[in-house]
Amino acid sequence: MKELKKIAHPYIPNTVPEIKDQMLKEIGVKTVEELFAGIPEELHYREEMNISKALSEYELRRYINGIMSKNISTTEYLNFLGAGCWNHFVPAICDEINSRAEFLTGYAGDPYEDHGRYQALFEYQSLMAELVDMDVVNVPTFDWAQAASTSIRMASRITSRTDVLLPKTISPDRLKVIKNYCSPYLTVSLIDFKEDSGQIDLDDLKNKLSSNTAAVYFENPSYLGFLETQGQQISKLAKKHGAITIVGVDPSSLGIVEPPSHYGADIVCGDLQPLGMHMNYGGGQSGFIATHDDIKFVQEYPSRLFGIAPTVSEGEYGFGDVYYDRTSFAQREKGKESVGTQTALWGITAGVYLSLMGPNGMYELGKSIMQKSQYAMQQIGSIPNVVASRFESTSFKEFVVDFSYTGKSVKVINKYLLDNGIFGGKDLSEDFPELQQCALFCITEIHSKDDIDHLVSMIKQCINSK
Amino acid sequence: MQKINREHKVRNFHQAKWDEPIIFELHNSGERGVSLPKVECEIVECVGDGVSALPASLIRKSAPELPEISQNRVLRHYLRLSQETLGAAFNVEIGQGTCTMKYSPKVNEEIAASPKMTELHPLQDESTVQGLLEVTHKLDLCMREISGMDYFSFQPGSGTQSLFTMASIVRAYHESKGEGDQRDEIITTIFSHPSQAATAAVKGYKIITLYPDKDGFPDLEKLKEVVSERTAGFVVANPEDTGIYNTRIKEFTKVVHEAGGVCYYDQANANGLLGITRAKEAGFDMCFFNLHKTFSTPHACGGPATGALGVVAKLKQFLPGPIVEKQGNQYILNSDLKHSIGKVRSFQGVPQMIVRAYAWIRSLGAEGLKDVAEIAVLNNNYLYHHILKIRGASAPYIKGQRLEQVRYSWEQLTRETGVSTDDISRRMADFAHQYWTSHHPYVVPEPFTLEPTESTSKSDLDEYIASLTHIAKEAYENPEKVKNAPYNSSIHRVDEQDYFDNPEKWAITWRSYLKKVKEVEKIRS
Repeated sequence: MKELKKIAHPYIPNTVPEIKDQMLKEIGVKTVEELFAGIPEELHYREEMNISKALSEYELRRYINGIMSKNISTTEYLNFLGAGCWNHFVPAICDEINSRAEFLTGYAGDPYEDHGRYQALFEYQSLMAELVDMDVVNVPTFDWAQAASTSIRMASRITSRTDVLLPKTISPDRLKVIKNYCSPYLTVSLIDFKEDSGQIDLDDLKNKLSSNTAAVYFENPSYLGFLETQGQQISKLAKKHGAITIVGVDPSSLGIVEPPSHYGADIVCGDLQPLGMHMNYGGGQSGFIATHDDIKFVQEYPSRLFGIAPTVSEGEYGFGDVYYDRTSFAQREKGKESVGTQTALWGITAGVYLSLMGPNGMYELGKSIMQKSQYAMQQIGSIPNVVASRFESTSFKEFVVDFSYTGKSVKVINKYLLDNGIFGGKDLSEDFPELQQCALFCITEIHSKDDIDHLVSMIKQCINSK
Repeated sequence: MQKINREHKVRNFHQAKWDEPIIFELHNSGERGVSLPKVECEIVECVGDGVSALPASLIRKSAPELPEISQNRVLRHYLRLSQETLGAAFNVEIGQGTCTMKYSPKVNEEIAASPKMTELHPLQDESTVQGLLEVTHKLDLCMREISGMDYFSFQPGSGTQSLFTMASIVRAYHESKGEGDQRDEIITTIFSHPSQAATAAVKGYKIITLYPDKDGFPDLEKLKEVVSERTAGFVVANPEDTGIYNTRIKEFTKVVHEAGGVCYYDQANANGLLGITRAKEAGFDMCFFNLHKTFSTPHACGGPATGALGVVAKLKQFLPGPIVEKQGNQYILNSDLKHSIGKVRSFQGVPQMIVRAYAWIRSLGAEGLKDVAEIAVLNNNYLYHHILKIRGASAPYIKGQRLEQVRYSWEQLTRETGVSTDDISRRMADFAHQYWTSHHPYVVPEPFTLEPTESTSKSDLDEYIASLTHIAKEAYENPEKVKNAPYNSSIHRVDEQDYFDNPEKWAITWRSYLKKVKEVEKIRS
């Protein structure tokens, strides 16, 4: 049999030698090398990169899946970790829509090529607006940390002030992002919390508020899971000093918990990941920002904001960018912060999720998280020498378990749980000196009574073991 | 029987037009799209309804006004919207220049959709994510080969976030040397992405922008004039948006280094450079690659995404942490970075893109990666050759020397016909094409920027050329036809100005739209 010709790479059609030659001829050059003539010889890389030879599709799948099989996922082990990324139920329709090649491989087309993308993101903004009860929501940013950072800088521009106050209970990683994003312009200070309840210490807040405070930022639920009940007082205090109130919120709570706009928040932000995104080792995070429809606020968004408009054809919806001149796309360094690729597909997905859930779904979600987490707290708290929760405030989804009276460290307990197929709560000992041998446990709608009972019996076993 | 005539060169296209209502208009009270896991009776017996445990002041008084819709109607709605979106998988994707819209292989999607990826929690014990950390480390090694840099972080969630991270590192580096306040300027170029200037400004820098010389190269003499003891850094793409490779790039980095500045390279798009030339040899201290551009991960309507950020050894300690390292046979997350800027994104960024990008590299190998660059550049030069033959089109600056993309101009066509590049953009939608003009400000008059990748075949290129040729001809013969486009898109021309820049009329959400419409109706009545 005659030897077959060199086969082109499946992803690179013009590696077919005859076609390549024909194109070179049309351009009027002899070799591809000539096209790189502008690169000086000293910059030409003449070595072969140390990257292994190409794998075929089958070989590739087998090779990478082989490496990835070393991971143990939360479908194999019981997971009680949260702390900013949460194990929720993801409806099949969410995956169906976000893996559609149209959305998956779309990018930055105009409304005439990408009408569907504009409509889906406008709808996401609109659905999210109902959840937070505000009139403006952005095309999503990277994650909660970025949403909080940008909210803070928006507040700083609106007030022309540079001090911001954050709660001491904030996620340490989120704080790192905010600090880096705010430096060197803004000064970040932390407000104390009350030892028993975790609630913001209003006296400390009063002491720290000044005529240079741009914003007071707090979270509901807090990073440590408890609900902050003094929202109204905090926002009143902020307002009295001419500062803006920013609240970070977990959207999965908003079917049952008042949205921050009802207790005085001017800017609301948070993470969309609970609304239909798989955890993806943190790759499902996506940040939202919401405000009232007040030009003072709208003009400070760096993000894209899609708006609705008529077209020249009667009865047609059209979409486009609202106040584009705000953005760095339009104004480079004179625009508001910067904009670019962020997490639009997760915005579309969150829209799908909220459309599926409706008001009843969101209510049931909140209710079931409350019931299951309260049950878990009750059961864990009934283990001798274990305190759940460490704070007397009401918790949503996450709560702090204090193991300090058991004589065993969180590290030891978590190792025992891991050996028994359980990812235990996040160890807080390192990040919070006040919370030595405490761990943050997360319970969502996906946990069954059996899951919780199993966790409890494993903790008991561990504590009783020598 | 007669053979059906298929000789037309432009596509007889019409995009899906579903005339789909806004999702809220699909509401039917009582319908629902999904049911949730049950709460066992024993739990209810123990704790009651859960909600009444909330402090009374925090119980939501009125339910969010979300629509109630059955599952299949939600699915149908979003499927229809997806069909009204021209993803890269559907069209001859050349028109979104600078975006490197290449083929995103399906097998990589399949691998990334495994529960071994999607169902990992970012705080799991390191011992349970060895596979993912191994892939991350292996991608790091590949990136080192491709760039010559010494270490990579995959934490940034995009090109813009990479640029911001690099500006943060520049600041931290100078601060570590006690020169943080003194060095307050960053130099960039006008033909680079706006985020270069914008992110440096977020970090408090004064921006100096270099303009091109007559050939389109950033002005070296001007650079020499502006560098000083105030220079913190220099950021540039090469090639820039024009596609022209700056042959004197090494002199640029030398001038900046001599002034004590840090040089960082925007390689968001490095498609024409793989295996050809590297950041290190050109004298850069840092660079980044967008995995969604050169390395094929899907653009996802604008993220989630990853910017792979590479640094030379002396800057490793400034990276956002933790970083993935190999220790013996184990892969670890190392947070012990003395001068770390902290974090730029939660957890470890967007790791599902790391897996896809590594799969893509392994499906090509060293030889295949070089083919990518060569064919992308060949395709671009073929396109360039043919576009210049279209009446009214030109490519300002030096002749030839274009690598992976070109910024063209319709200056002549606009002068002669009154048809603008924005008009042509809308008309291209009628032939199933994306088309992008330029970032602002428009330095090149009536600009358009095209970038064919290695994924484009010769017949794809011919189709795109035929469409542009057809529209240019139309502009000369029947300009109104182009000006009133589109005709075959999902929608017609949008009333742009009044509804998007007037606070009285803009509506960023459906509820806001309904309020504003009501307001107008009230005034009228």
